[in-house]
Amino acid sequence: MRVFLSITLFIFITFAVHAVGVDEKQLADPASEIRAQEIMKKLRCLVCQNQSIVDSDAPLAKDLREIVRERITAGDTDEEVLFFMTKRYGVWVLLKPPFDRTTIILWLSPVLLLLIGFFVIYRNQSQRKSLAVSPPLNKEEEKRLRVLLDERADD
Amino acid sequence: MIVESGHYALILACTLSLVQGIFPLYGALTGRGRLMRLSAPTAYGQFFFVSIAFGALMYAFIVSDFSVVNVAKNSHTLKPMLYKVSATWGNHEGSILLWALILALYGAAVAFFGRKLPKTLYVKVLSIQALIGLGFYLFLLLTSNPFERLYPFPMEGSGLNPLLQDPGLAFHPPLLYLGYVGLSVTFSFAVGALIEGRVDAAWARWVRPWTLLAWCFLTAGITLGSWWAYYELGWGGWWFWDPVENASFMPWLVATALLHSAIVVEKRDTLKAWTILLAIIAFSFSLLGTFIVRSGVLTSVHAFATDPERGVFILAFLFLVIGGSLLLFALRADKLQAGGLFAPISRESMLVINNLLLSVAAMVVMFGTLYPLLRDALTGDKITVGPPFFNLAFGFLMIPLLLVMGLGPSASWKRADLAGIVSRLGFVFATSLVAALAFFYMLGGGEIMAAVWLGLGLWLMAATFYEWADRVKLFKVNAMKRIRRQPRASVGMSFGHLGLAIAVLGMAGSSYWGTEQQKIMAYGDEINIGGYDVNFRDTNGIIGPNYTAVRGAFDIRKNGKIVATLEPEARLFSTPPMPTTEAAIYSTLMGDLFIVIGEANNKTYDQWAVRLYYKPLQTWLWGGVVVMVFGGFISLSDRRFRMGAAKKKIN
Amino acid sequence: MKKFIPFAIFCFISLALFTGLSLNPGNIPSELINDPIPEFSLPIVGGESLGFSSTDVKAEEEVIIINFFASWCAPCYVEHPFLMELKNQGYKIYGISYKDKARDTNRFIKEQGNPYYKIAADEDGRVAINFGVYGVPETYVIQDGIIRYKHAGPIHEMDFEDKFLPIIKRMGE
Repeated sequence: MRVFLSITLFIFITFAVHAVGVDEKQLADPASEIRAQEIMKKLRCLVCQNQSIVDSDAPLAKDLREIVRERITAGDTDEEVLFFMTKRYGVWVLLKPPFDRTTIILWLSPVLLLLIGFFVIYRNQSQRKSLAVSPPLNKEEEKRLRVLLDERADD
Repeated sequence: MIVESGHYALILACTLSLVQGIFPLYGALTGRGRLMRLSAPTAYGQFFFVSIAFGALMYAFIVSDFSVVNVAKNSHTLKPMLYKVSATWGNHEGSILLWALILALYGAAVAFFGRKLPKTLYVKVLSIQALIGLGFYLFLLLTSNPFERLYPFPMEGSGLNPLLQDPGLAFHPPLLYLGYVGLSVTFSFAVGALIEGRVDAAWARWVRPWTLLAWCFLTAGITLGSWWAYYELGWGGWWFWDPVENASFMPWLVATALLHSAIVVEKRDTLKAWTILLAIIAFSFSLLGTFIVRSGVLTSVHAFATDPERGVFILAFLFLVIGGSLLLFALRADKLQAGGLFAPISRESMLVINNLLLSVAAMVVMFGTLYPLLRDALTGDKITVGPPFFNLAFGFLMIPLLLVMGLGPSASWKRADLAGIVSRLGFVFATSLVAALAFFYMLGGGEIMAAVWLGLGLWLMAATFYEWADRVKLFKVNAMKRIRRQPRASVGMSFGHLGLAIAVLGMAGSSYWGTEQQKIMAYGDEINIGGYDVNFRDTNGIIGPNYTAVRGAFDIRKNGKIVATLEPEARLFSTPPMPTTEAAIYSTLMGDLFIVIGEANNKTYDQWAVRLYYKPLQTWLWGGVVVMVFGGFISLSDRRFRMGAAKKKIN
Repeated sequence: MKKFIPFAIFCFISLALFTGLSLNPGNIPSELINDPIPEFSLPIVGGESLGFSSTDVKAEEEVIIINFFASWCAPCYVEHPFLMELKNQGYKIYGISYKDKARDTNRFIKEQGNPYYKIAADEDGRVAINFGVYGVPETYVIQDGIIRYKHAGPIHEMDFEDKFLPIIKRMGE
């Protein structure tokens, strides 16, 4: 599926993609390295589609990985590293959209849609109950119904 | 000559679809039998001519006729034959032609298998099918002609994207399109029913097999694409929530909802308007997906500025088809009388909840996918909605869905006995909860969500089994006889649900307990991952038909014994020049060991970049989907679904 | 009435998609618009001595252009003739060669012509990242050391007239 992306992407941005990006200089302290990797997973590879810089082999992603490690070595907190990135590239660089005034609709959409759905179902049901039973079937319909019911297997 | 014949055949098919779309429909509305009889022959003829067109294009690819623009751009003489053939649909023009071909195939199939349908509905369904086809033919002929010639022509083609040169991906588009386009039949039935102004149990019975068929192909197609992404891209992930994947997932969600709501229409004669709406929406998402992929509106950088007419054309077509049918729905839906009432606790209400959750999930996926675009269009802000959002939002909706899935089949129609269900399934629920916690601690704990998904998978598996055992009275005499006599449709349902349960366990395992190591490895280095000792032996140079490659050799030991030797490759294709990786995977029932080799790290070529993943239960994910699709096909073989079975008896 | 809701939602989506057709999802506006340029000091191509620094750019009294380019970037060749034309029109363009070998940059300039007032080399690409560059070519319009506009991708004459000129004109007032 993603292949369509690979074909259409990069019209003006020329970057060699797709190789195995393994960085030579991982952090010596395993705990810091894990922290760095977690932060990288939150950052979007700028020249790819919805892909984190961990998964990308674009040179720019590699540079950003290096920077993340540098910032951590310099003693930055996770938030400070993310801020460093958003200051340069905007919230666009974050794979997880921040929860704020402008994205509240996005984040609450599952709950809102569910509530609306429940409301509609509830109203439909109570409306139908208050209505009279649907008009009786005509002869032909009744015949068909009987055939169907006879044949109906439990399911 | 052959290429021109193909072009001509396409024009003929286009003309036939126009005839098929207009005259029989007019005949049906005014009661002229002679015009109505045009329906079937034109449907067959249309399929015949598109097949010729498609065959001609495939022929041009097979003989590498570079005087055809499309072939010159997407093929190469050195390519293996399989990929010459698959290159036919591995490009924009060819893939749209494949769409049209499959659409015509379904049209012909409906014309053939639907002969027992009431005449007016039959004609309407086929006409609508033809009008959709007309849109695609015009799109091909006016904006994306696959048969365009090139002069002077090059001696050699520019090659196919190497990522596409893979057996998994060669068959991914045809399967996916069989699913996408299969939903067109359901759509045509829905619109036909709206024009007729009646939907009844018989209608649902005609629609269900087509929906089921499309659903099976769609499930298989999506999974094949996901599997391809898993082993070919070498990132260790199998679902990335990118717009192209979402475009195929949205119709799947709606089709799954439709599959279930059609049951309610058939059995209980209610939820009619809703089912019609779902049928329209399912196919709308197919078209929307095609638009998203083909227009590049979400995915590409500037691909569109060069060729705006394609996007505008598809959008206009989309507006006519979807907008038109939704408008028709708005005007006619009130004609559909609602049938049987049901209590808040009943099989119906469980299916309503299923429908609600699945359609909300589809809406949320759509909203998340389009949100960056909406935001950009309204305010100019750029924002990314990435996998973390989808995982959270989608997961939130799937938890109740899986819970209800375990309960639904045990609830009876109309009014179910809640206390009875609880007393029967309460034990199953408690057991799966305990089992999940036990596994969770055995696997060394982790995020609490991992335990939740594990528990849901086990719950669904146990509840599905329990319901089946209850249905066939497994522990009473003559159980075998009852097992054999189960209607295929309900056996299929059990398999479908079981498959999902297995897949959920696979997802939980690979997402929450997967481990990963990236290392620069020298010859002789050893790494321990997922209980295996991986020893990097050496590398070899390989020369393929249109690539050169480095093949690594890794000995995999478990408890000191060699269990496998994995040979991942890093390939460099010649035309177009592009590196790709071929992961090597050692699969067991317990999980996948996955190795990707990259580039050399030094001038002496004895240190290489290597990524290793261990993905517990990954095989369960693929296996679960296979079981699901298997269930779909079993259900499809139910004799009650054979076209016209119901009709025959009525007459 | 409520039966029209699906149709209404669909109309809204199509409208958005229609607008989307003319948007460029790859064109990310700079976060640094109306911010001072980041501090930097870059060497000349293939040498140690100073090419130019942020101080030089800030000292400029006229509106200037900073262009990130590379010899390995195909669209840069597309853009180049237009940069030459801009130079002839009297625009002052500072060039920063991005992640390029000195030899290749020099060959590029020799073959394609030199539209730049000064050229510096950003070999590790760090200055570019501070500017928020995510690909080459990218072009910035600077006035008094403040970033006023950023353009990603090759500049075509049309882009320049539609996007650059109005901003440059406004700044002149």
